[in-house]
Amino acid sequence: MDKRPGILKVLQAVAGKDINPQDDESLFGSGLLDSFALPDFLTGLEAEFHLTIPDSDLSARKFDTIDRTITYLESKGID
Amino acid sequence: MTYLRATGSYLPTRIVTNDELATAIAEPADWILRSTGIRERRYAADDQTVTDLAVLAAQACLTNANLAATDLGIVLVASGSPDRYCPGPASQVAARLGLTSTPALDIPVASAGSLIALAMAMAFAPTVGRVLVVGAEVMSRRIQRTPDGRNTAILFGDGAGALLVDPSVGFLRLADAALFTDGTAAEILTVDTAGIHMDGGSVILRASRKLPAAITDLLDRNQLAAADIGTVLMHQANLNLIHKIAGVLAIPTDRCFTNIDRYGNTSAASLPIATAEWHLHNPAPSAPVVLAAFGTGINYGAILALPNQPQASPTS
Repeated sequence: MDKRPGILKVLQAVAGKDINPQDDESLFGSGLLDSFALPDFLTGLEAEFHLTIPDSDLSARKFDTIDRTITYLESKGID
Repeated sequence: MTYLRATGSYLPTRIVTNDELATAIAEPADWILRSTGIRERRYAADDQTVTDLAVLAAQACLTNANLAATDLGIVLVASGSPDRYCPGPASQVAARLGLTSTPALDIPVASAGSLIALAMAMAFAPTVGRVLVVGAEVMSRRIQRTPDGRNTAILFGDGAGALLVDPSVGFLRLADAALFTDGTAAEILTVDTAGIHMDGGSVILRASRKLPAAITDLLDRNQLAAADIGTVLMHQANLNLIHKIAGVLAIPTDRCFTNIDRYGNTSAASLPIATAEWHLHNPAPSAPVVLAAFGTGINYGAILALPNQPQASPTS
């Protein structure tokens, strides 16, 4: 399953606007989104992909690009 | 039972505005305000030490309590920016207060140190008597005021605060404490001789999840809801983070006392400084108060304090 549309849906909801970042573009480190949007991004991912992100995975780096977010979701068995 | 009896604080006189800092870090002043909620912070004078600041806050607290240092059973000093590695400031603070045998212990935990010390004071007070908790920081010597150091330079300031815990009298009853440590995330926030190292995004992620959970657990076991809290006295890390945590708790942001706009993030000093300022305007609180902090370690937690007076009934 292509996870990009779901990730983009969450990102756009968190941003409150129609953003469309490149897959390798920094989401939170480059000013595209404020770092304080990170918690909402993770909460949105949990709802969208029906998973619980454990404390051990609360690292900003794991979610700083769409590519890394896809890698993370795949590591959790999200197809 | 233990009580919060008195508070005190000391802020250095030098005010560093965002305009002054903006030049050094090559960022606009309004970006600093937007990113942090901070308008200005205080820096210690070149000849002021962490111990100097701590002593001034401690003396203010003892004066407000109408007590002498010899009335203390123990002194606890929290700092993440001690003047030297060992001994930390506690023994010098005690000595400067005129004490030569009263135990004085250091809590070397940035940001959350005063909360930990206050929880320890709750345990100590019934057996050793009055406990003086001091948080003191000179973080301005741990930051780099350069473009590369901007993420920490914009946040931190210097100051000291003190809280007097008494086993029998006070304006708030310290009812319960919940402390947590997760060393698996220790590397996201560290302080060493080279300065403060912070993975800001990871700190925000952790704090915005763990602190509300700690507060909620504490309230649950005391049969209280977040809506029952009159005031949250939180470590003044970043105004956006305080508002984020208020949002998770579903409480109005104005229930979170803030003074970060004037003092910045003073790390372990921020909780007692905030408590002292809040108490000045709220000498006899009538609703539950939650004190909370998140800091190096990762250490985090919350303390529940209840009004030390009967709450007015609707018919009275």
